Amino acid sequence: MRPAFSVIFLTTLIGAGQGLFVALYSAEFGAWLSFWAMPSAQYFSLGCVLVLALLGAGLFASFFHLGRPERAWRSAAMWRNSWLSREVIVLPLFMAAVAAYGLAHHLRGAGDLTLTLGGAGVALALLLFVCTGMIYACLPFLQEWHTPLTVINYLLLGCASGFLLSTAWAAVQAPALLVTAAAWTAGVTLVALVMRGAALVRDASLRPKSTLQTAIGVKHPRIAQKAQGFMGGSFNTRDFFHGKSFAWLRLVKWGFLLLVFPLPLALLAGGAALASWPVLAAAFLLQYLGLLIERWFFFAQARHPQNLYYQAIS
Amino acid sequence: MSKQLALVIDLNVCVGCHACVTSCKEWNTSGAAGFLSDDRPYGRDPTGTFFNRVQTFEVGEFPHTQTVHFPKSCLHCEDPPCVPVCPTGASYKRAEDGIVLVDYDKCIGCKYCSWACPYGARELDEHQKVMKKCTLCVDRIYDEHLPAAERKPACVMACPTSARLFGDVHDAESAVSRAIRDAGGYALMPEWGTHPANHYLPRRKTEITLHRDELERVDNPLKIDGKLPKPDVKAPSLDDSTTW
Amino acid sequence: MPNPTVTQTAAADSSVRSEVKHTTCYMCACRCGIRVHLREGEVRYIDGNPEHPLNRGVICAKGASGIMKQYSPARLTRPLMRKPGSARGDNQFEEVSWDEAFNLLQERLARIRATDPKKFALFTGRDQMQALTGLFARQFGTPNYAAHGGFCSVNMAAGMIYTIGGSFWEFGGPDLERAKLFVMIGTAEDHHSNPLKIAISKFKRSGGRFISINPVRTGYSAIADEWVPIKPGTDGALLLALTHEIIHTGLYDREFLARYTNAGYLIDTDPTSESRGMPVRDASRHEEIPEYPRNMLWWNRLSEQPAPCHQPEADPYLLGQFTLADGTPVKPAFQLLLERVKDYTPEWAEGITGIPAATIRRLAHEMGVTARDQKIELPIAWTDSWGTEHEKITGNPVAFHAMRGLAAHSNGFQTIRALAILMSLLGTIDRPGGFRHKAPFPRGIPPLAKTPKGPEGVRPDTPLAGLALGWPGNPDDLFVDADNKPVRIDKAFSWEYPLSVHGLMHNVITNAWRGDPYRIDTLMIFMANMAWNSSMNTMEVRRMLNDRDKNGDGAGEYKIPFIVVCDAFQSEMTAFADLILPDTTYLERHDVMSMLDRPISEFEGPVDSVRVPVLPPTGACKPFQEVLIELAGRLKLPAFVNADGSRKYRDYPDFIVNYETEPGSGIGFLAGWRGKGGEKFMQGEPNPRQWEMYAKNNCVFQLKLPPSYQYMRNWNKGYHEWAQRTRLRRHADPIVIQIYSEVLQKFRMAAQGRGTSKRRPPAHLAKRVETYFDPLPFYYEPLEAQATDTHRYPLNAITQRPMAMYHSWDSQNAWLRQIHAHNYLFVNPAAARAQGIADDDWIWVESMWGKVRCMARYSEAVEPGTVWTWNAIGKAPGAWNLAPGANEAGLGFLLNHLISDELPRPAQARAQGAVPGRPLSNSDPVTGQAGWYDVRVRICKAGADEAEQSWPQVAAVGALPGMDRVRNTWLAFVAGKKK
Repeated sequence: MRPAFSVIFLTTLIGAGQGLFVALYSAEFGAWLSFWAMPSAQYFSLGCVLVLALLGAGLFASFFHLGRPERAWRSAAMWRNSWLSREVIVLPLFMAAVAAYGLAHHLRGAGDLTLTLGGAGVALALLLFVCTGMIYACLPFLQEWHTPLTVINYLLLGCASGFLLSTAWAAVQAPALLVTAAAWTAGVTLVALVMRGAALVRDASLRPKSTLQTAIGVKHPRIAQKAQGFMGGSFNTRDFFHGKSFAWLRLVKWGFLLLVFPLPLALLAGGAALASWPVLAAAFLLQYLGLLIERWFFFAQARHPQNLYYQAIS
Repeated sequence: MSKQLALVIDLNVCVGCHACVTSCKEWNTSGAAGFLSDDRPYGRDPTGTFFNRVQTFEVGEFPHTQTVHFPKSCLHCEDPPCVPVCPTGASYKRAEDGIVLVDYDKCIGCKYCSWACPYGARELDEHQKVMKKCTLCVDRIYDEHLPAAERKPACVMACPTSARLFGDVHDAESAVSRAIRDAGGYALMPEWGTHPANHYLPRRKTEITLHRDELERVDNPLKIDGKLPKPDVKAPSLDDSTTW
Repeated sequence: MPNPTVTQTAAADSSVRSEVKHTTCYMCACRCGIRVHLREGEVRYIDGNPEHPLNRGVICAKGASGIMKQYSPARLTRPLMRKPGSARGDNQFEEVSWDEAFNLLQERLARIRATDPKKFALFTGRDQMQALTGLFARQFGTPNYAAHGGFCSVNMAAGMIYTIGGSFWEFGGPDLERAKLFVMIGTAEDHHSNPLKIAISKFKRSGGRFISINPVRTGYSAIADEWVPIKPGTDGALLLALTHEIIHTGLYDREFLARYTNAGYLIDTDPTSESRGMPVRDASRHEEIPEYPRNMLWWNRLSEQPAPCHQPEADPYLLGQFTLADGTPVKPAFQLLLERVKDYTPEWAEGITGIPAATIRRLAHEMGVTARDQKIELPIAWTDSWGTEHEKITGNPVAFHAMRGLAAHSNGFQTIRALAILMSLLGTIDRPGGFRHKAPFPRGIPPLAKTPKGPEGVRPDTPLAGLALGWPGNPDDLFVDADNKPVRIDKAFSWEYPLSVHGLMHNVITNAWRGDPYRIDTLMIFMANMAWNSSMNTMEVRRMLNDRDKNGDGAGEYKIPFIVVCDAFQSEMTAFADLILPDTTYLERHDVMSMLDRPISEFEGPVDSVRVPVLPPTGACKPFQEVLIELAGRLKLPAFVNADGSRKYRDYPDFIVNYETEPGSGIGFLAGWRGKGGEKFMQGEPNPRQWEMYAKNNCVFQLKLPPSYQYMRNWNKGYHEWAQRTRLRRHADPIVIQIYSEVLQKFRMAAQGRGTSKRRPPAHLAKRVETYFDPLPFYYEPLEAQATDTHRYPLNAITQRPMAMYHSWDSQNAWLRQIHAHNYLFVNPAAARAQGIADDDWIWVESMWGKVRCMARYSEAVEPGTVWTWNAIGKAPGAWNLAPGANEAGLGFLLNHLISDELPRPAQARAQGAVPGRPLSNSDPVTGQAGWYDVRVRICKAGADEAEQSWPQVAAVGALPGMDRVRNTWLAFVAGKKK
């Protein structure tokens, strides 16, 4: 597939936003369970502003994906069967929950209301992860995507990124939480590494179910396309081919593995030790860059069976 | 069972002339549903929206090579994966005749349906910014202003080798159903369970087997002109050595 | 509205609003019936006319893209003159009015006509009105007229017509409705288009077996049951080996050969006789028709003595040798054929063609056994030319089709003779299931049409004393002067190419430039891209078109002083014009597919058709027909003016209705609805409402002959009498198949210094004529290959046009060019790997004439000794009003740069009879057919540092005044709302 930048930004930005919200709520929940002191209202309310900013930016990016953005409202119609439609519904609901949660913290501070609103928000965040992940995971012939790992990784990578941001946020607003946040972040990130690794291992072992033989229904070991029917390209050649070499793809893979996992973790350790929010913020940005690359790779490595029909011109 | 309109494409007679490609373009670009745009029509890498393409494959190695011309358009799956993913309901399958259509007014151009189609049958119109695909010429086949014989998709009307058959594959007695049965019609990428309504008929080979004794007959003309060697009359024969 | 449930009503609305007009397609040479649907005055949709006998409702990719031709930005819309002071090729033009253009032409042409009419040359390309262009030339008085047949397929026409009196495509074809075995040999992609597609499909579906013999497996060959790859130019060897096998296994149709061919004619084999090699004649028998003598002899098998040929009560020996009463040793022609093919064994052919001997044998057996054992019998009684009544019509269901793959070689004529003879051996001529003629064929062998026989036929202010193109029957019919020098600029009908019945358009520019045989003044080109893909030596032609005299009286003048180009489109050629006349498209004019030319007849009988305008002309476009009628009137060409010199025809439609070949002949361009009220056909008085009647009848007139006239037309008494009555033919004599060609033998005898012809070839050509005018088919390597170091250039290179552009003139079509925007050289992977070439690599292709750089594409569907590409995709930058960066110019290429219009000089060609300074054309030595499939090449990988662009590149051509200069970045075609 050819990676679509609007979608890369959408999923990474809202993923970070969702993760951050989960982290914020965890902070409140932990405090409610008396594991630690309740952070300031500002930690929550401004944190929610941060979450909304990420979600808003993601939403904004998503419009670039649409041919007819003015009709975007129509996309909520098919919630009964379309994961995309569900995402479109859940995202604003989640944003509303985040806004309400932040507002409640701002106006009344932590309490039953925030606990309830936040709980709903977390549920929506998780649901949103499921919706986003399922958009890809539900397509059976994109074998690289068609696995629970897709949903799990959207969730874990979003959380890792959000938790990392929450650590930096804690360094600014709730220093007491810093070490705990860092520890949680490290934990989530490591689990994400395992699961992303698992997905990569799975991908490597995938054998395409569709072949030229099944694509055109001719049973012969040697089939080669000579003409795809047009020479100057079409939607099918523009949107489903990344056009990069295998070596480039491998480089990208190692690049994102490095940028998403060990490097931010190192910075996380340093930042937490130094209690330096700029180092932690850098860790987040570095990882976010890595996630952009990861998402690019997620698209690029998916081999769409339609590509069998678009192999040669002459 | 309800109706399922479909094309049956006979690879045994398709010569790859592209008549279906341009007749489709011609009908649909001027059709009621709006134009099919062409980018850089007179420039570098011209590209446009087409509902139908003819591809060419080579099967086997010289000298045992088959050249297969392969027309490809939307297969109007019985279980179309492109439909349920559509967030707006623009993509839909008609209950009454099984045609998979896109309502251009509802489409937001999110391309999700194209991701969900394993056959690459959908094309985003780069200027209307909506997803388009073969409609089986739904604006022809029910048009009562057309003579009954012409209520067929434009590609079917055009095809010089009549390699494209059109009809109801749910009606066991229809010409398309019979063709599928008789000629071993098959569906593309059966592994995905999409149950394409369109079917393809495979190449068939006619051969002549000759036996040696078929070559020469009693009426061989060479005998008339005395060209087959006759033995010398004087050469020994049974007559020379036997009495009865 | 796009909601399809709503769409239904919308469509209904639109079909109510749209208007449907019938006419005839011109997107290729096929000429199908079309329906043009118009909305708000614009074309909305073009589909096939279901009522039309040719295409029965279907349409091809080209036909369905006609809209994009009509609205092409390459349309010429104004008459244009080259700007004073600018050079040819600079592409500097200014608008002139039609009046100015006509005045200028009138002045110039009148001057030429009054002095030396042959200094005006009219050559046309994809001309579908040769009856009119030819008439104009003839009336003007110039012999210098031809269409593109000389480089298209004159070998096919001549080889077949000189043998069986008919040929493929417009003239006849395979009866696939009844055939059981169909053998297609050397047929490129889409020749001919829809009717053959319809027929092949039906044939395959009814279980017929289809064998394709071709170096390349594309197009129709793709669906063949068996593909037999063959090396280009070796088809003759295969056909002769098949003939060998069929004769030696006795699988020929003896009865057919004896009765309907000259196989049983006794040929004089006395080595000392003056008439050796000629059929023996019974001098006592009176000849009714001197052109077609019938007094040959058989050796009657029943009486064991010589007898007049074709007597119903006789049966000739086909084999053996006999001695006439006067002691003359004679052999039946078939015996000579048997002796000729004796050494043409399948093993011999295997080494030449690359086809295993066992395959050749099997093919021969399949053909022979199918023909013999699957006989067709139709319960149709008929009478043969000799009066014998037959209760039924029989046929042998083996059908052939062949085209340019056989024709475009310098050995093509003899190859095609071999094919026609093989078809005759199988007994498949004009019989059900075999080859069948289409009216006005069959013609006598040779047809009666003749050119003048010498320079006296060309006189000032006088029509040509004969036709510009004809069918020589003997050396005295040649068009040469007392010194044997050609009268025509292209040297057609000279000793170099005696039977060049379609002319040699590929020679015209070179000859006119060189002044060999003479210089001309004005060259008018209609619809031929001589400065690009219609020339074999493109770069040289471009140089010659621009070349000026260095010294002498006309120093500084162009060697071809004035060039008029008439076309609907800007092209590579228009840049070299002095005057450009904008033609209309096919949708904007009247036109006829005339019985006087190449109509669209069916097996069942004559069919002709018309075009009627469905749109007004664009800009100041004028149909070329109208240009000719106007010029003819202004020049007062006799057929176009009344006795008082006043103009006779108002316009082209008026001309078509009222013109008669001779006053009162009742024969005109159209055969349908003649007579005052349209009650007559084929022949009758002019009918003022003829156009209306055609328009009302789908623009087509079809006559179905009674079944008894539909077969065996070479020898069908009833048919001949009908044809004679309707003046389709002058004589009603039988057309006997020429297994042994008497015409060729007459030329050979002249070359040997004997025979009754007065003319003898010049010494340097005697050997050539003697060699190639063999009365029996033989195989020789194409002339260019003979003169090529084939170790250095081991590969054959050929081209064909893709189906979506076959025979199509406007290949810049916005839809079609998306299918083919540039081209590759297709190479068998084995051959490519041997040169270290990978799929998609940039490579050099080199012949002894030049080289091109292009991209390679691996293909398993090409014989390893052959490389090929799609023709006429490559374009000059900016030509056809494409953007200069268009793929056609940057990535596309022409193979023409590798091909020469002349044979190598001097040493090799001298063997063929070339004289220093006067090279021989790279053409068939019998017919002058351009040998553009003969080139030999080698390939190598292009350097890594070389540009990834095709080579050679030429200077860009710009848009012309009156052309749409706006470059649409995108296009949305909606009728009435064209963007």
